[in-house]
Amino acid sequence: MTRFSLRRVGAVARKELLHLRRDRVTGAMIAGIPLMMTLMFGYAINQDIRHLRAGVADLSGTQHGRWLAADAQATQVVDLVRHAGSARELEGMLARGEISVGLLIPPDVEQRLVRRDRPAAQLLVDGGDPIVLGAARGLVSLPPPGWSGARAPSPLFELRAYYNPERRSAVHIVPGICGVILALTMVLFTAIAIVRERERGNLELLITTPVQSAELMVGKILPYVAIGYVQISLILGLGVLLFDLPVRGSLLDFYVAAGAFVVASLTLGLLISTLAASQFQAFQMTFTSFLPQIMLSGYMFPFDGMPRPAQWLAEIFPLTHFLRIVRGIVLRGATLADVTPELWPLGLFFAITLALAALRFRKRLD
Amino acid sequence: MSEAAAIVTHGLTRRFGERVAVDRLDLEIPRARVSGFLGPNGCGKSTTMRMLCGLLTPSAGEATVLGLSVPRDAETLRRRLGYMTQRFSLYEDLSVRENLEFLAAIHDLPRAAARARVDTLLAEFALAPRAGQLAGTLSGGQRQRLALAGAILHEPELLVLDEPTSAVDPQSRRDFWEALFDLAERGVTILVSTHFMDEAERCHELAILDRGRLVAAGKPQALLAALPDRVIELDSEQPRAARARLEREPAVRSAAQLGSRVRALVDPALAEPERALEGALAAAGILARARVAAPSLEDVFVAATRSRERES
Repeated sequence: MTRFSLRRVGAVARKELLHLRRDRVTGAMIAGIPLMMTLMFGYAINQDIRHLRAGVADLSGTQHGRWLAADAQATQVVDLVRHAGSARELEGMLARGEISVGLLIPPDVEQRLVRRDRPAAQLLVDGGDPIVLGAARGLVSLPPPGWSGARAPSPLFELRAYYNPERRSAVHIVPGICGVILALTMVLFTAIAIVRERERGNLELLITTPVQSAELMVGKILPYVAIGYVQISLILGLGVLLFDLPVRGSLLDFYVAAGAFVVASLTLGLLISTLAASQFQAFQMTFTSFLPQIMLSGYMFPFDGMPRPAQWLAEIFPLTHFLRIVRGIVLRGATLADVTPELWPLGLFFAITLALAALRFRKRLD
Repeated sequence: MSEAAAIVTHGLTRRFGERVAVDRLDLEIPRARVSGFLGPNGCGKSTTMRMLCGLLTPSAGEATVLGLSVPRDAETLRRRLGYMTQRFSLYEDLSVRENLEFLAAIHDLPRAAARARVDTLLAEFALAPRAGQLAGTLSGGQRQRLALAGAILHEPELLVLDEPTSAVDPQSRRDFWEALFDLAERGVTILVSTHFMDEAERCHELAILDRGRLVAAGKPQALLAALPDRVIELDSEQPRAARARLEREPAVRSAAQLGSRVRALVDPALAEPERALEGALAAAGILARARVAAPSLEDVFVAATRSRERES
């Protein structure tokens, strides 16, 4: 019938850019969300637990009791900020949330240390917070006081963290944030793109023009591809400047691979836009697609620890593949060829969602 | 004149679930004329127009528009058709010029031609001083002119306008209709829907719709001449009581109050209707002066929809 016209694609893309320029809130979101989230999470999210507020009740009043408390303090995992006179008082502090860890040293701590048949002391932990609980467990494995230097039994394993030797959280967090922000903003921008035209009544006019579904879809995606790259660059730039994010692989490789993730997320948004009846529905659907992505992609919880069906499901999500790409290229210095196994699922996702969106979008009102 | 007709429909029907929005419509709309759809809200005007534009699929029947079968050839038709929606459907956050340039590009006009065409339209519709203004900040009349300019930008042979003047002041409405007649003069077929009687009177051809059915069609003059009733107007101090009393009169087919007057459609078989009605009112203690009035399209509309009621 009529051929695919680049002039029409360009007209749609130009129009989208004009909307963006006039819509200050969305314009601010483009730069604001990456800036805010990277700064906030880069500084705030810290998986190395340090300086938990702790209280100590030393019922023994002995040298060993003080050593035990000093050793716990020396780990830096806890800060002994409170001193209690009894177990009950310590429990009260825990219950009121004044402390999250309580160290209870029994009166017979010296005998216990000598006889070694029972644990020397008790740790009272706020078990409601899994991360605090995990950190406190680490304290349990402390060698007993008095075992110092050569006499200390050597640990079974020596832990070495590759790629992030100092185990700084920001190095993990920033690439992850990059994916999470794009998975949210890219989908959201296009999810409201068509539904907004329908709500404002523009669609009835648009579908009586010769513009084709494919031209409309491509034209709507194009400006956001550029915006996606702006966001990626902002986040990476902040990561390098503020958090010493190492970029070990080729930036060009990363930008090419990231493009696959950007277009896959954009077409997911378009598909949502053809399904939603209102902008509010589009928002809801976007978040419905977003939550499983951050939960199952390996951003929040280790991918290998999930049950198999959850892993299969996660393989569908664009974010899962992007996280492997960004961690691979940026952190481990992988090449584009190394991440090919992540590229074709993204390509497939893009092709299927684009086809579905174009099929769903009919130039009809019924 | 079937070959010359711009639009021909046979048994065109559209159902939305149980509701029949358009019911077995047979239409023939001539070329290069302003044809009007007259009818109240919900009578099927918009639905019919959307079917003719290929936006809605008919449930039954067929429609041929500019010789093309709709909705099968809708894509081809779109290049030859201009459609102005009831609601302002251009982009409010784009300027007047940006809106027109977008439409020009969407219609695949070459860049230079597009620029010239947009400039011509801006001048023709007195929008040149507003070219840089956002469409959302225009007045009702300016928006209407912009929407019309957008609809005719690609020089369509057929222009479909769905209640184009419902949000426009009287002067703008007059100007708007002048523009429509200019276009018809240049050979453009225009189909316009309205619920204003004065606008309906301006149309070359008129189709009156009521609850999805075509109840009358023809030239306005012919429709007025064919009115099966006599129109009597009565002046009274008690117009409400007079109207209520007249409705009980067997020869009176309908009565409506217009300020201090009552307008009655009366069976032409009634001899000396003025005297007869005055007498009937006087018997009820209501003073009134009656005279014969010229029929209006509103009377035609009332008469046409009334005969439908009797049917059902």
